[in-house]
Amino acid sequence: MAQKVFGERVLRKEDDRFLTGRGSYVADMLPPGTVYAVFVRSPYAHARIVRINTAKAAKLRGVLGVLTAQDLKDEVGSIFTAWTIPNSDLKTPPYYPLARDVVRYQGEAVAVVVAENPYLAEDARELVEVEYDPLPVVVDTEAAVKKGAPQVHGEAPGNVAFKWTLAGGDVDAVFREAEVVVSQRFVNQRLQPTALEPRAAIAQYEPGTKELTLFVTSQNPFVHRLILSLVLKHPEHLIRVVAPDVGGGFGSKIPCYPWEAVVCHLAMRFGRPVKWVEDRTENYVATTHGRDHVQYVDLAAKKDGTILGIKARVLANMGAYLSTAAPGIPTILFGFMVGGCYAIKAGRVEVTGVFSNTTPVDAYRGAGRPEALFLLERMVDILARKLTKDPAEIRRKNFIPPDKFPYPSAMGLTYDSGNYEPTLKKALAKVGYDRLRKEQAEARKKGKLMGIGLSAYVEICGLGPSSVVTSTGFAGGLWGGSTVRVHPTGKATVYTGGHPHGQGEETTFAQIVAQELGIPVADIEVVHGDTKLTPYGQGTYGSRTTPVEGGSVALSARKVRDKARKIAAHLLEAREEDLDFADGKFFVRGSPKASKTIQEVAWAAYMAGSMPKDVEPILDATTFYDPSNFVFPFGCHVCVVDVDRDTGQVSIRRYVAVDDCGNQINPMIVEGQVHGGVLQGLAQAMLEQTVYDENGNLLTNSLLEYLVPTAMEAPNIETDSTVTPSPHNPIGVKGVGETGTIASSQAYVNAVCDAIGVDHIDMPITPEKVWRSLHKK
Amino acid sequence: MQARSFDYVRPATMAQALKVLREEGSRAKVLAGGQSLIPVLKLRLAEPKLLVDIGRIPGLAFIEERRDGLRIGAMTRHRDLGLSKLVRDKYTLLSDAAASLGDPQVRNLGTIGGSLAHADPASDWGTALLAFETDLVVRGQQGTRAISIDKFFKDTFTTALRPSELLIEIRIPKAERTDGGAYLKLKRKTGDFATVGVAVQLGLDEKGTVAGVRIGLAAMGPTPMRAKKAEEILVGRRAGPTAFAEAAKVAAEEARPASDLRGSAEFKRAMVEVYARRALETATKRAGR
Amino acid sequence: MTTKRGKARRATRAPAKENGGHVITVTVNGTKYVRTVEPRVLLVDFIRDELRLTGTHVGCDTSHCGACTVLADGHAVKSCTMLAVQADGAEVTTIEALAPKGRLHPLQEAFKEHHGLQCGYCTPGVVLAALELLQVENAPTEEAIRTAISGNICRCTGYVNIVRAISAAGDMMRPGRK
Repeated sequence: MAQKVFGERVLRKEDDRFLTGRGSYVADMLPPGTVYAVFVRSPYAHARIVRINTAKAAKLRGVLGVLTAQDLKDEVGSIFTAWTIPNSDLKTPPYYPLARDVVRYQGEAVAVVVAENPYLAEDARELVEVEYDPLPVVVDTEAAVKKGAPQVHGEAPGNVAFKWTLAGGDVDAVFREAEVVVSQRFVNQRLQPTALEPRAAIAQYEPGTKELTLFVTSQNPFVHRLILSLVLKHPEHLIRVVAPDVGGGFGSKIPCYPWEAVVCHLAMRFGRPVKWVEDRTENYVATTHGRDHVQYVDLAAKKDGTILGIKARVLANMGAYLSTAAPGIPTILFGFMVGGCYAIKAGRVEVTGVFSNTTPVDAYRGAGRPEALFLLERMVDILARKLTKDPAEIRRKNFIPPDKFPYPSAMGLTYDSGNYEPTLKKALAKVGYDRLRKEQAEARKKGKLMGIGLSAYVEICGLGPSSVVTSTGFAGGLWGGSTVRVHPTGKATVYTGGHPHGQGEETTFAQIVAQELGIPVADIEVVHGDTKLTPYGQGTYGSRTTPVEGGSVALSARKVRDKARKIAAHLLEAREEDLDFADGKFFVRGSPKASKTIQEVAWAAYMAGSMPKDVEPILDATTFYDPSNFVFPFGCHVCVVDVDRDTGQVSIRRYVAVDDCGNQINPMIVEGQVHGGVLQGLAQAMLEQTVYDENGNLLTNSLLEYLVPTAMEAPNIETDSTVTPSPHNPIGVKGVGETGTIASSQAYVNAVCDAIGVDHIDMPITPEKVWRSLHKK
Repeated sequence: MQARSFDYVRPATMAQALKVLREEGSRAKVLAGGQSLIPVLKLRLAEPKLLVDIGRIPGLAFIEERRDGLRIGAMTRHRDLGLSKLVRDKYTLLSDAAASLGDPQVRNLGTIGGSLAHADPASDWGTALLAFETDLVVRGQQGTRAISIDKFFKDTFTTALRPSELLIEIRIPKAERTDGGAYLKLKRKTGDFATVGVAVQLGLDEKGTVAGVRIGLAAMGPTPMRAKKAEEILVGRRAGPTAFAEAAKVAAEEARPASDLRGSAEFKRAMVEVYARRALETATKRAGR
Repeated sequence: MTTKRGKARRATRAPAKENGGHVITVTVNGTKYVRTVEPRVLLVDFIRDELRLTGTHVGCDTSHCGACTVLADGHAVKSCTMLAVQADGAEVTTIEALAPKGRLHPLQEAFKEHHGLQCGYCTPGVVLAALELLQVENAPTEEAIRTAISGNICRCTGYVNIVRAISAAGDMMRPGRK
């Protein structure tokens, strides 16, 4: 292939519609006859529902109806988790679409109002009278498992949702032989994903065909379809789920939410399209939160800095109910990566999932891996401090050597490829590490505080090999589905089971096909997000779209090319092996004039007037690609900070990210993912925190109190990369959508702790925390 | 969320506005830029029956220096105060305040009068204006009166304005060339209310002694407040680190912060001290100009 | 949010246009619209629901995110913090005005060139906020750019490419350049 498209900085095809305001987000849609649903949500974190009086609200002119759990009882089942991790004594209490008898978190829906316009619906909502009998509340993770804590679910004694252990190697031996053990408690605080587009759904039911259509802000329409078919007891093939343009997800649009099922039911009940659009306040109580771990970690090492092993005892807050992917996040996606980039000999992770009277917790950018890499990289710095060794040296010393890949990690997974030291070297060179350390030494003499924080990471993504994921209890293989079709006039469509919502696959998948088939990117359309149009696909999360769905696309394109080669050979009356293919043209080697363009072949395949034996018409191929392994991107980040001694304010002087996501389809898009991912991790370290009071009231229920960075709080982020392809992936790519977040929080915390000379400060590192550390010890 | 229903009127003249306000009393609320009021309505935290939009009344937006001082119309947008060269050169503390509040969109619509009448304890304008001997000119159907800024803030979200009155003008005595001021604001992020806000306006004599000083503190009590004891310490003292350190310490003691999501009372008090010292230093440097 | 102890509220008056609708005249993207609206209808809802211009988005309910930013009489405002009735007589510009015949405005070109958007939800608001800046200052410093968009939250890009795009657009829009 002479012309190179794969690897080029191709401008995004999706941009034109977004830039001109012609994106089609769910809230933009307005089918004829639409009515509006708003939910009545509990102000109490834990209460018995004594009585709901809907009469006044229902009487308001323009209100179609007001429903409670009673009205849904036989029609809409309870929502269930799709990740039932085995060997964990997992408790799965029912999560009713509208609360029955008891509410368990502030924001749980108890009734729904349907009205002709959204303003009226809110007026009617105020007329719904709900009498609650408050019950004792527990919100704090550690408090919830203490003896005597209020019980969230009768069937989960001690508020224990699960107990899960992962161990590799002989942990006890390793800790016995250790010359140094460092220990630390970490809080990986609860966060609110805050995708800028609040969630929305529009359900329509066509009685003539019995087809239920749901437009919904989802990262994975097929997952929604499957769950809804079971919850609504509606035939799966008669449900169509469409996720149009989605304004960010970050994991919060993976789950199937109870109110999405309710909206579907309302459409069937009232015979009108029913539209529900969340506002931000509702989003903050009713959309899943992320993270929320308390971790007790021990690291065993030798005096020379060799890391031997790691132990982590973790309490993971699940919230009041188990959300769709929730149980697997602090277990499967967490435990396997606690060894990080290092050749540790053993590790043990014990995780207790905890119920509390808070919003359910599920995936949030990184989903389990930030929690793992944060604790590891903080422990490495704490070890470095204890041994008075350079944190860069300790990392370098312990990196898994490049000749050991594929590397069977102590925790049980085989890392596909890796070459860690060059990323460290590059990052240190780019930031001028040695010079900075000299500057720091001088600054310390003058009482000025500056810090340098390193963060090396490797993470698991490209979910994933179906035999592995299903053995972990996930209710679905995580293969990638795609169809590549070349139309008679030589244009192409890629149908993919991924559902990008910002990650750029409408462009990068076109680049894959353009590279394989020589069709111009402009002539290739990527279709996604509609269960009626695309082959089965598990959606976009866990940085799987590029490696897994993209891998599938590449395989489908290659099948198309192989088929085209057969047809071209037939048309040219040559043997297949005598044909070369370049720039979209098949030609007989040595006689370039004897050629057929792929467009000509497409036409011939459509006409099918003269086809080779056993070759079907139309250039079309479908692949369900089941990867043989996850992919393991890696890298090294450096953060440099200056600290104002008087106020504790920290400013980021520099942030350098060096990442390796294997082959890069589009470096521009890769860089964009790193920028966004890094800032979200920094935001966790600097600003964001979900806060409940002791009564379970969410105090951070708006953007006034939940602090998301603006351009003023965001640093410049410098990027660079190395390329170590994945050996098992059809196009050698790994994911990169979450790596920034997985690396950056600890880079910042390491820098601040380095600046002020302490072992640890919990996130978010507010000026007050720094000030206290400096002035109030 | 959406607001509850209300009626709306947009009077074309002051007389019409005052008539409506007199008739409707507390059923009505004045709508200026709406940047404080509309969010309150949307969250259904207030339910006025009538909104009186004064945005079309002529002659309420201006920044002028007269012989006796600076006059600012109540409907002057934050943005215009931030862009005013006159304000930046001679009343720099007000430029600081204009740049510190909200964000560009809020500054385009929000007004200084609306902000003052809203009377948030963390009000940047309220705090900044306390650093001058500001008079607030208020008009009702019965006539016009001036309220000293020291008597304007009564309690959280409560001012000396009667329901039938409109704030129309802010008057600040003329700044001398040997005056200098600064407003420093500690906030968690852009657009946030002050965790701590300190406004200082001082005047030096030829010897570099503090001839007069006023210090305003934001978010240190139910309303913006003066650090009067700190002021007393400074008057007659040589402007410099020793006096500033002393005054800053006293200002911190005068402050009455509450512990909340922005920080503990202890931390806020400590920051008052730091910011008061820094504001005094900056104000002094500017007085040298 | 919801009533706590089930306190009954007086039924509000009849909904929609029966309830004291006001006639307003708003010029949006050069077209004059005469409509009747309830006073409480926000400008953003008027633009989206009444005029069906859905390029302006809603991302929050406390006036923080800026996704609803439009230009009103040339100034960037949050249309969720403005009543439609306040816009009576005003000239409003929404994102749809920037490429009227399909040819992208330099700002839009620059955003595309520099990958200044990912999910696209914040983009119309950011572009209009940037437009106000570039109309008064065509060689803004990085700090001026970041300040100009400090009322717009982006969750996807980390702002780095947005800043690059706005700076590049300034170059393109400078007088004397094509």
